[in-house]
Amino acid sequence: MLNINDYPQQWEKHSRTQRLLRWLAWLWFVVLCAFCWQQMNHQTLWYFVTDAPNQLADISSRMWPPRWSYMESLWQPLWDTINIATLGTALGVVMAIPVAFLAARNTTPSQLLVRPIALFVIAASRSINSLIWALLLVAIMGPGLLAGIIAIALRSIGFVAKLMYEAIEEINATQVSAITATGASPMQILDYAVVPQIMPTFIGTTIFRWDINIRESTVLGLVGAGGIGLRLNESLATLAWPQVSLIFISILATVVFSEWVSARCRKAFI
Amino acid sequence: MATLQLKNLSMHYSAKDKALTDVTIDVQAGEIVGLIGPSGAGKSTLIRCINRLNNPTNGLVLFKDQDLTKLGGQSLRKARRKIAMIFQEYALIERLTVMENVLSGRLGYVPFWRSLLRKYPEQDIQQAYALLDRVGLLEHADKRVDALSGGQRQRVGIARALAQDPELLLIDEPTAALDPRTARQVMRLISEICSERGLPAIINIHDVNLAKMFVKRIIGLQQGVVVFDGKPQQLDDSVLTLIYGEEDWNQTEQQELETLREIA
Repeated sequence: MLNINDYPQQWEKHSRTQRLLRWLAWLWFVVLCAFCWQQMNHQTLWYFVTDAPNQLADISSRMWPPRWSYMESLWQPLWDTINIATLGTALGVVMAIPVAFLAARNTTPSQLLVRPIALFVIAASRSINSLIWALLLVAIMGPGLLAGIIAIALRSIGFVAKLMYEAIEEINATQVSAITATGASPMQILDYAVVPQIMPTFIGTTIFRWDINIRESTVLGLVGAGGIGLRLNESLATLAWPQVSLIFISILATVVFSEWVSARCRKAFI
Repeated sequence: MATLQLKNLSMHYSAKDKALTDVTIDVQAGEIVGLIGPSGAGKSTLIRCINRLNNPTNGLVLFKDQDLTKLGGQSLRKARRKIAMIFQEYALIERLTVMENVLSGRLGYVPFWRSLLRKYPEQDIQQAYALLDRVGLLEHADKRVDALSGGQRQRVGIARALAQDPELLLIDEPTAALDPRTARQVMRLISEICSERGLPAIINIHDVNLAKMFVKRIIGLQQGVVVFDGKPQQLDDSVLTLIYGEEDWNQTEQQELETLREIA
């Protein structure tokens, strides 16, 4: 062993060139930000921006007090909204289950053929927002609740299937070996070794998606797919600000309610 | 007649990575064989090749004169149900009840709808209760497995294996996750059950002393090759060195301390 003074006293995580490169990267980032800010605000009319607080105060004052009597005609669309979310989630989950098993590497019947198709279904469903699905469906099948339910379902497939197939791929393989070793058939292996392991993820994901779908179904009415969004659209079009504020309040209440329900469900099932 | 014969069994992951090379072993009816060797010697691979959880590259696995390496699909599943396996980390289905785990040993015998609805035949249920009583877990039948201790879980694993009505037991490091006392209890239970039923077994075990206590024949594996096959009494220092490599096998704690002092 050397004397303690023979060991170097200097230690740096990065070498000189690395430090220089990092400094240049930060400089470049700051310059880019400044440039982008300039580009973005090229067309901003600063007169309107400075006026924004006044406008906000004006609309707020017109919104207050909410027109409470309007609530009578809101109960039905609110109920519709919850139904769109719930039925849409149920339908989406039912369709997502087989897609998830076909997409997971360890349960798919064919890596080359079936898995890419399942992954494509997931990507297609996820890449299109439920509002756009609703727009398409209203055009195809006319306005109404059904279009909303199917829009929510189509958007949910990808979300639920993706989280589920990732859970399937992460299961403990020795439990699968143990069930395989008993002479079980492939379906029995799924039932005993795979399903119990993904159950918590499945329940959690379903409840989470229902929670998201309550929010998403509140805006579907904007494109004619039923629910409270329809009333919001009407009220905005007629500049009935007191009604708009009441709708905001009822949407907020529904979302808070759904959060409470999903928290309770999660506790009960997992 | 030998219950199980392995003939020139080899499994190569690649030309360089040879897990097993030319393993030839006979296991007689009612015989308990201990398989020892360093980590990575191929002990687990060997027993997983028998029930085809791994697929051997070469050689024969004759179980009751049927070559398992040639089987597939239905006939492989039929053969598997007569070969039960007990795992190192229990490999129970944690979120299912003790009873469901024991009954899962019957999966090879019942149709899918029965297993799906958990409607097992009466004699299967009766046998499952009897097995739980045998391993001392009768009152835990309806508990979820994740509520049990390690020793209790391994006993559920044993009951599941026996529910298969096996004619051969494959046991992979049954005590590696257990404390020394529980480990001995589990090994005692396994050897009692094997002699009660005249059941042949292959036990992978890395604890040489435990193996000597409970097993009458020991096979030593080293880098996928059988280097020793004999009685526990024959396991002397030279054999242990052959299996595990150079080490002073008789060194005690006292001597170890003295050596450390000398270095200091």
